[in-house]
Amino acid sequence: MSPMAMNLTDAWTLGVIVGLASVTLVTRCFFFLSSQPWQLPHWAQRGLQYAPIAALSAVVLPEVVMTQGQLITTWMDARVFATVAGAAYFFARKGQGQAVLGTIVTGMVVYLPLHIGLGW
Amino acid sequence: MTARWLAWWRHPEFRLGLREMAAVSPGLAAWGLMTGVAMVKSGMSPVEAVAMSLLVFAGSSQLAAIPLIAAGAPVWVIWATAFCVNLRFVVFSAHMRPFFMHLPLRWRLFNGYLTADLSYVMFTKRFHHPATDATGQRNQLAYLGGGSLFNWSSWQAASLLGIALTHSIPTEWGLGFAGILALLGVGCSLASTTLRRVSAGVAAMAAVAAFALPFKLNIVVAIAAAVALCLMLEQLPSVRSTPPKGGSS
Repeated sequence: MSPMAMNLTDAWTLGVIVGLASVTLVTRCFFFLSSQPWQLPHWAQRGLQYAPIAALSAVVLPEVVMTQGQLITTWMDARVFATVAGAAYFFARKGQGQAVLGTIVTGMVVYLPLHIGLGW
Repeated sequence: MTARWLAWWRHPEFRLGLREMAAVSPGLAAWGLMTGVAMVKSGMSPVEAVAMSLLVFAGSSQLAAIPLIAAGAPVWVIWATAFCVNLRFVVFSAHMRPFFMHLPLRWRLFNGYLTADLSYVMFTKRFHHPATDATGQRNQLAYLGGGSLFNWSSWQAASLLGIALTHSIPTEWGLGFAGILALLGVGCSLASTTLRRVSAGVAAMAAVAAFALPFKLNIVVAIAAAVALCLMLEQLPSVRSTPPKGGSS
């Protein structure tokens, strides 16, 4: 999109968006699109119990310790302190009650002053 | 028809799904808000941004596609990028298959489309085995539906708000980080066995080490490495995994 066409709706972009929606549908339904009887091998079924936590931590850690594709070299980074504080809250509460909400709130209470106030 | 939807709505598992998702949604909403802001800031029109939010409904692939659309990249590159970013959903779909196969195709598509990261994680945390009887299947679908409904609504509301308020929310505040903290909290709640903690550690390090891969393939590599290592460790008699706590079948 050229700068001249900024913020105008165009058919090309809408077409791309419809395609992206199909990508969401196909990837989220990939293994149950077909009704053919088929079973995952037993080892794969067992292995899948490790997938959710692996996916989450694979998304989270790079967002905490990397900037522009590089590992951070300073400890003065608001994200690191917020993550440690959030996780500490979760385990201090032993995951009971609204522990996830508390993780978010604690993390942001640490993050915002360091990030906005100190520019970390 | 309305009566059928109402029956789902009143189902106790549906209510539980709603409530449990409500606890994680503030972080997710902050993330959705920033995704809405990012779409308009990249030069998309409000109509395009609203269409993208409502139709695509996948934060990470949206964030990956936004700069490519702005740069006018070839269509197949944009779609291929989104597909690769979404590969983790392919893994999730293998896991969800036995839970869904009793449904006709259109309802599998409906449920699958709405099963985003958190719906999947919360569901597989609560249910470890597909139900074999009609009541159990209904319970599982009700729980999933409640979580998905809350997840979808809060994500869309936040994203649309972000689109509307683009110019009054400074991106420098970094509010989107709340989304990462939400994923962190959910991740912590999954760390119920030693091997799962190993899986988290291995995947986290692999994702950082493989970060240079294109299309966010580092996440898929990290999942594969963590699952493979845990399957090998399972064979050692000293690390026999204890059955995960806190779920029912």
